[in-house]
Amino acid sequence: MKKISRRSFLTVCGAAAAAAALTACGGSASSASTAASASTTASSAAGQAAGTLSGNVATGGSTSMKNVIAALTEGFAEVEPGVTVSYDPTGSGAGITGATDKTLDIGLSSRALKDDEKNDVDGTIVALDGIAIIVNKDSKVADLSVEQLKKMFTGEITNWKDVGGEDGEIVLVGREAGSGTRDGFESIVDVKDSCKYAQELTATGAVISAVEANPLAIGYASLSAVGDTVAMVTVEGVECSEDTVKDGSYKIQRPFVFVTNKSVALSEQAQAFVDFATSKDAADLIRTAGAVPVNE
Amino acid sequence: MKNTTSSLRRVRLPRTPADWLEAVMNFIFFLCGMLAVCCVVLISVYMVVSGVPAIHKIGIFKFLFGTKWASTAAEPLFGILPFILSSVYGTLGATILGVPIGLLTAVFLSKAADPKLRTVVVTAIELLSGIPGVVFGLLGMQVLVPAVAKTFGKASGACLLSAIVVLSIMILPSIVSVSVTALNAVPPEYEQGSLALGATDTETWFKISIPAAKSGIAAGVVLGIGRAIGEAMAVMMVAGNSPNMPDSLFRSVTLLTTAIAKEMSYAGGLQRQALFSIALVLFVFIMLINVVLNVVLKGGNRDE
Repeated sequence: MKKISRRSFLTVCGAAAAAAALTACGGSASSASTAASASTTASSAAGQAAGTLSGNVATGGSTSMKNVIAALTEGFAEVEPGVTVSYDPTGSGAGITGATDKTLDIGLSSRALKDDEKNDVDGTIVALDGIAIIVNKDSKVADLSVEQLKKMFTGEITNWKDVGGEDGEIVLVGREAGSGTRDGFESIVDVKDSCKYAQELTATGAVISAVEANPLAIGYASLSAVGDTVAMVTVEGVECSEDTVKDGSYKIQRPFVFVTNKSVALSEQAQAFVDFATSKDAADLIRTAGAVPVNE
Repeated sequence: MKNTTSSLRRVRLPRTPADWLEAVMNFIFFLCGMLAVCCVVLISVYMVVSGVPAIHKIGIFKFLFGTKWASTAAEPLFGILPFILSSVYGTLGATILGVPIGLLTAVFLSKAADPKLRTVVVTAIELLSGIPGVVFGLLGMQVLVPAVAKTFGKASGACLLSAIVVLSIMILPSIVSVSVTALNAVPPEYEQGSLALGATDTETWFKISIPAAKSGIAAGVVLGIGRAIGEAMAVMMVAGNSPNMPDSLFRSVTLLTTAIAKEMSYAGGLQRQALFSIALVLFVFIMLINVVLNVVLKGGNRDE
């Protein structure tokens, strides 16, 4: 008798546990956001001493802003060590959508907001960034004009020898349609909707890798992401650097924008992060990351 | 005779604690099975509900047979024929490359290899099956794409051919492992009988073992094709991703899967609904392929 009752007791326990687990799974709100977004601001009301915030700031969007956000996060961690800033590189379009849908605290966009987007979100310009035109290190071409770029990217010019290089087909590497870098490049060079890309990649780093691997490739990437694995072309004689972006002589540039939702007030920690990023203290951090600070 | 009980099985309440245990466990197994069915049903319903509105708005013929996809243009166009054709060619190409190699590898592993070599190859195949798709994509981007460009003298190696090569390597392990199991299960009497009649080893393998293992091999092929048509990450890094019609092996193409992956993070409005419609088309495709392959490849077994 004792043996049976112990077994049945365990069975009932197991069944009850299984039932409880199933109910819990079914009942919890499906806040399972897309693989992209991190969780929204954590509730960290308890234990907030003056000057010491805690919680999470969810940022995401532009892949070009990776270095800038990394630098700002490091700097911010020294000011507010209790706050974690998460960053999800999904592209400027996704950043703006995230801010609009309130799945992100701060959306990151590497282009200016459009008019219809301004209905739901506000943009705060944090830095300026030059879009470097990159070619493979083996390429002989060192300078291109905006006109030439326009003809190359619409397919009018298809051979490198027409722009001063060696004979070879031009391979156009670009970004996906929601990219802020692509939007910035295409609007300034005036090739919107008419670019004929050989490859459309989904991150700034991927474009740089593709150009590095192909001697006939030309692409565009954020200045802050370009290292010495590829060569930068001067545009109408102007090199892409911090000074030329700041004084406007380098034509192909765009703003780095923090996008926030209009209808919802930012959490304390998110507001602190925005204030930090737009303050003079952050200027050096932004500069070391390769972008051009606007507030100093 | 002893069969006095009626053929109708009456439900009896469990009487002993052991019976209770049986009943509860059966119920738990039933729930687990139902979970799988529920998932499939829910996914199917969600796909249909989300995918049909856009097809309605765009028009089914313009959607399925339109040749231009320009979802973010001022005048958006949503024709997915390039994606459908690219997926079909990509999967077909991967099958043509992967199935013969996989089948011959399976024959080697099951019949021809000596034990030490067999262990090595089996380990290699298992490792290959564990490699994530992203890693294939990365290797493809860094190694395969430049190699294709150099070998064929093209400016850019990111094309349909690279996608086909990557996909065929990815489906090899599925085909090989299932085929090896099927070939190992062929009764040795068949092969011994064939050898006794004077056939050579190779003749036996190709004329007796493989036909006998047909249904198992078919299962492996179906598995491989399923993986090929559903792969997004690896393909996205080597196929070029421009929405062109796949009129040449060296064209930069977008498949159904990569079309969704490229735009899903930022799409809104009609574009987002169109992506769901692409997913629905992909879903229907996979169902169709499974049904057709099961009927064609396994149907032959009926009269054995």
